Amino acid sequence: MNIFEFIFQYGKAYLWTDGYQLSGVAMTLWLLVASIVIGFLLSIPMSVARVARNPFIRGPVWFYTYLFRGTPLYIQLLVLYTGIYSLSFVRGQPLLDAFFREGFNCTLLAFALNTCAYTTEIFAGAIRATPHGEIEAARAYGLSSFKVYKRVILPSALRRALPAYSNEVILMLHSTTLAFTATVPDLLKVARDVNAETYATFESFGVAAMFYAVMVFALVWLFRKGELRWLAFLKPQTH
Amino acid sequence: MFLEGFGSLILDGTIATIKLALMSMLLAVLLGLAGASAKLSSNRWLRNTATAYTTLIRSVPDLVIMLLLFYSLQIGLNNVTETLGFDQIDINPFMAGVITLGFIYGAYFTETFRGAYQSVHPGQYEAAIAYGLSPNKAFRRIMFPLMMRYALPGIGNNWQVVVKATALVSIIGLTDIVKVTQDAGKSSMQLFYFSLIGGLIYLAITTVSNGVLVWLQIRYSAGVRRADL
Repeated sequence: MNIFEFIFQYGKAYLWTDGYQLSGVAMTLWLLVASIVIGFLLSIPMSVARVARNPFIRGPVWFYTYLFRGTPLYIQLLVLYTGIYSLSFVRGQPLLDAFFREGFNCTLLAFALNTCAYTTEIFAGAIRATPHGEIEAARAYGLSSFKVYKRVILPSALRRALPAYSNEVILMLHSTTLAFTATVPDLLKVARDVNAETYATFESFGVAAMFYAVMVFALVWLFRKGELRWLAFLKPQTH
Repeated sequence: MFLEGFGSLILDGTIATIKLALMSMLLAVLLGLAGASAKLSSNRWLRNTATAYTTLIRSVPDLVIMLLLFYSLQIGLNNVTETLGFDQIDINPFMAGVITLGFIYGAYFTETFRGAYQSVHPGQYEAAIAYGLSPNKAFRRIMFPLMMRYALPGIGNNWQVVVKATALVSIIGLTDIVKVTQDAGKSSMQLFYFSLIGGLIYLAITTVSNGVLVWLQIRYSAGVRRADL
């Protein structure tokens, strides 16, 4: 089979659907966007808690990021997918049963918790690096603690965290390849199925690798655009 | 006992994982040093090859490269042995794991070492040459030790990533921590418990290596004053 026949026959499955459900690139992107958005929203309050002075607020968040950054995502996925579903009380409870039976839900949960842990540390680092004078000035103007975060610390910290955050998003795209172990039909699952069907190993994984590379380059380009726009205030000033 | 008789099995898996991580790390560091020298060399072909290597490998997920290489290595070797008329040589999965992981993380190490080398002040090299050291000696005696201080945080990060990436080799059929804990969980019907044990072993490895890295950091920063904040 030449490469054109290959693309003609399997291109659709690689890109958006296998005929029954979302698959390939579309599934991978959907997983990426969903886990990144959930992780981002959770990580903002968590990063503020991570830098809190009170050890009872800081401690639990530290423990959470320590656990999730110290173990491989694959193990986390296994615990949340096959592990939890093997517990009898989970299967006995209709709501939990319905949630953990679906490989997609477990995958999304594992991915979101994992990326949230890394993102929390990235944002916490950026918050700690906020220039001392900015916070002092904000306090001197009489802003409440909440307002200092909302108006001064977070807008600048989230921008300064952008380069590190873009790395995390790209690593998360790489991590979505684990989804196939929980039967989610992502790009790598399609490649594996095609490989099993055709024995054309180089073509089936090569095409997937190419699509991943394209996605990574697109993300790099997007973040570069974002940095130009949102980090303009850090550039050396010219008069 | 709390491991229900699976203790020795899990220990074997743990040793396999650590061995795999150390050997792939060694290969990756060697490839990284070679890649960094290629990237910094004045030869255009060497530079372009190294750039292609790091760009391609770092833009494709490690698991995809792993599957691609793992299957292709054997097919490629079969083609070679067939044309030479030898019997088929089966690649041992452990070596395949070391080669693929080392090859992938070599690209990350290339960037780490290149950045570290460029952080060393060029005056150091010039001074070494002026004292009559050969370029080779100037690198070994002067640039390399100075470079290590800048490279250490990156090396540490990469090591932690390599350790966590070894969890993927169970997908290509290696008996590592993931495989043995899953097997133990399945046969004892306590999948949740044994998956957690697997996670805890990884946590122990990353925690211990983090301690070692902090210690190394302090050692290699001898003679450098920290900024007073």
